[in-house]
Amino acid sequence: MSVDADTVRRVAKLSRIALSDEDVPAMQEELNAILGFVEQLSEVDVSSVEPMTSVTPMEMKKRKDGVTDGDKAADIVANAPVSEDNFFMVPKVVE
Amino acid sequence: MTIVDTRDPNPKSFIPGATGDWEIIIGMEVHAQVLSDSKLFSGASTDFGAEANSHVSLVDAAMPGMLPVINEECVRQAVRTGLGLKAQINKRSVFDRKNYFYPDLPQGYQISQFKDPIVGEGTVTVSVGPNNQGEFEDIEVGIERLHLEQDAGKSMHDQHPSMSFVDLNRSGVALMEIVSKPDMRSADEAKAYLTKLRTILRYLGTCNGNMDEGSMRADVNVSVRRPGGPFGTRCEIKNVNSIRFVGQAIESEARRQIALIEDGGMVEQETRLFDPSKGETRAMRNKEDAHDYRYFPDPDLLPLEFDQAYIDALLSELPELPDDKKNRFIEEGGLSTYDASILVSEKAIADFYEEVAKGRDAKQAANWVINDLLGALNKDGKSIEETPVSAAQLGAILDLIREGTISGKIAKDLFEIVWNEGGDPKRIVEDRGMKQVTDTGAIEKAVDDVMAANSDKVEQAKAKPSMAGWFVGQVMKATGGKANPQAVNALVKDKLGVE
Repeated sequence: MSVDADTVRRVAKLSRIALSDEDVPAMQEELNAILGFVEQLSEVDVSSVEPMTSVTPMEMKKRKDGVTDGDKAADIVANAPVSEDNFFMVPKVVE
Repeated sequence: MTIVDTRDPNPKSFIPGATGDWEIIIGMEVHAQVLSDSKLFSGASTDFGAEANSHVSLVDAAMPGMLPVINEECVRQAVRTGLGLKAQINKRSVFDRKNYFYPDLPQGYQISQFKDPIVGEGTVTVSVGPNNQGEFEDIEVGIERLHLEQDAGKSMHDQHPSMSFVDLNRSGVALMEIVSKPDMRSADEAKAYLTKLRTILRYLGTCNGNMDEGSMRADVNVSVRRPGGPFGTRCEIKNVNSIRFVGQAIESEARRQIALIEDGGMVEQETRLFDPSKGETRAMRNKEDAHDYRYFPDPDLLPLEFDQAYIDALLSELPELPDDKKNRFIEEGGLSTYDASILVSEKAIADFYEEVAKGRDAKQAANWVINDLLGALNKDGKSIEETPVSAAQLGAILDLIREGTISGKIAKDLFEIVWNEGGDPKRIVEDRGMKQVTDTGAIEKAVDDVMAANSDKVEQAKAKPSMAGWFVGQVMKATGGKANPQAVNALVKDKLGVE
C-alpha cells in the first residue's frame, strides 16, 4: 500500500496541518516508508485471532451517575487565547 | 447497509409530478439526549440553561491527560431504550473516535459507536392518522441501530461581528442516536414515527423529548423514486428540531428533488439545512469537504460488556409501553382505538385517565378526559401537568352524575367552576344549589307551567309527537338545567299523550 501526493495533501488537510508543496514529496516518502513497515505485519495470519483491546483481562470501569465536577468556568477558559464572559471566542465559523 | 424495501407502494402517498407519480422514501436519525444527572464520560452536570462553561469538567474541555470514565446510568438508559424498541441488545459494544474539526468539539473527535453499537435491529409500530374517516393505519418502521455518543458544545455566531462564541456545557452530554430503516413513505408517516418514538422515550424516562431545548432532534434522509422502482439518491436534512418542521422539510425537499429530476437534472447526495422561515431546504457549505471521519476504536475505553442477567433485570422493570397500554384500554374499558390512542399519547394523560376511570365507567371517563379536560387544556395552551382540575376532582364530578345528583349539562358547568376556582365538586354543588331536581312534583309543576303558557303548541305536539323535544327544552330552561332530563321527558310525553 502506498499513498500519492494528493492523498498526502488530503490527510494533511483533514489533520489541519499546514503543508507546503515543497514538503509534499518528503512527507509522501516518509508516509510510504511507515506504511511499508506496517505492511510486513500482514504476512501474519490473524484470521482466527480476536482483536486485542487490553493487555490485562479487565472490565471497563464505570462510574455512578452523579454531579461531581464542573463550576469552574474561569479555569476552563483560562488558557483560551480570547474569551469573554467565560465563553471561548474563535474566529467566526459561519459567513 | 443493504436497503430492503419493506413496504408496498401505496398510491395514497404518491406525489404527482409533471411526468407521472413519485414516491418519497424517508429514513431518520434521531438524536435523543439521555436522561442522566451527569455526562457520559465526566461528572459535570447535564442541566440545561446554565452559565457558559459552568457545567464543564476538564474531561469535557479535552485538557491533556484527561481520561473518560463511562456513566453506568447512560448504559442502563440505552439498554432500556433498546428494549422499548423491541431491539437486539448487544452484550458487547465498542466506542470509537469519529474525527472532525470544529470549534465546539475540543477533543477533535467525538466518542461514538461505529461498528459495534450497544443496540441493534428493532421495530416501532406507528399509527398514522386519523384520516377524515377517523381511521388509523398501523405501519412498522424498522430500527437499524441505537448507539451512545457524546454531544458537542454550542457555538453562537450572532454575538460579535468577527468572532463565534463557544460554550461547552453540552459537550460530553450522552446522546442516543437512533437510526431508522428507510421505511417511511410520506411526511405524515415520518411525523407519526417521530411522535411515537418521542412517546416511547418519555414513557421509558430515557429522554425528556424536549425538542425546544434540543433534547431531541432529527436528521431526515429523503429520496424520491418512481413508485416501486429503484431507490433514488438521498439528501440528508440536518438537525430538524420540531415534528412540524420535519413534515415541512420532507415535503419541500421531495418537491425540489422531483422538479430537479423532471427538468433533466440529477440529485446530488449532500447535506442540507431546513430554513423554517422560507419553508425550504438549502445545501450546506463546504461540500468539497466530503466527510472522512477516520473512525477507529477509542484506545482510552475498553469494550462495553454486560451479561444477559443485566438485560433481563432491566426488561423486568420496564414500564408498560404505549402500545400495550392502548390495547389494555381497548380490551378492559371497551374504548375505541381513536380514544385509546389519544389517551396513551402522553404517559401523564394515560395516568390521569386511569385514575379517573378507576371504579367508574371507562367510556365516560375517557369522554370527559378527552373532550372536556384535554379540550380545555388545549384551549388554554396548558399541558396535562398544569391541569387545574385534578383526576380526583374530575372523578368526583363523574360520581355526582352517576348518583343522579347533577345532570350531564350541569356537570359541564361544574367542571368549568372547578377549572376556574378549584374546590371540592360535591361542596360546590351543595353550596350553589346545583343539585338536579328529581322531585317529580316540582318537575311536574314546571311541565304544567310551560304547557299552560303554550297551549297552542300543546295542540300541535299532540298531532306531531316529535315536538315533545321542544317542551323538554323549555322545562330544562325553566328549571335552570337542574331537572332530571329523563324525568322531564317521561312527564312531557305522558301529559301530551304521545309515545
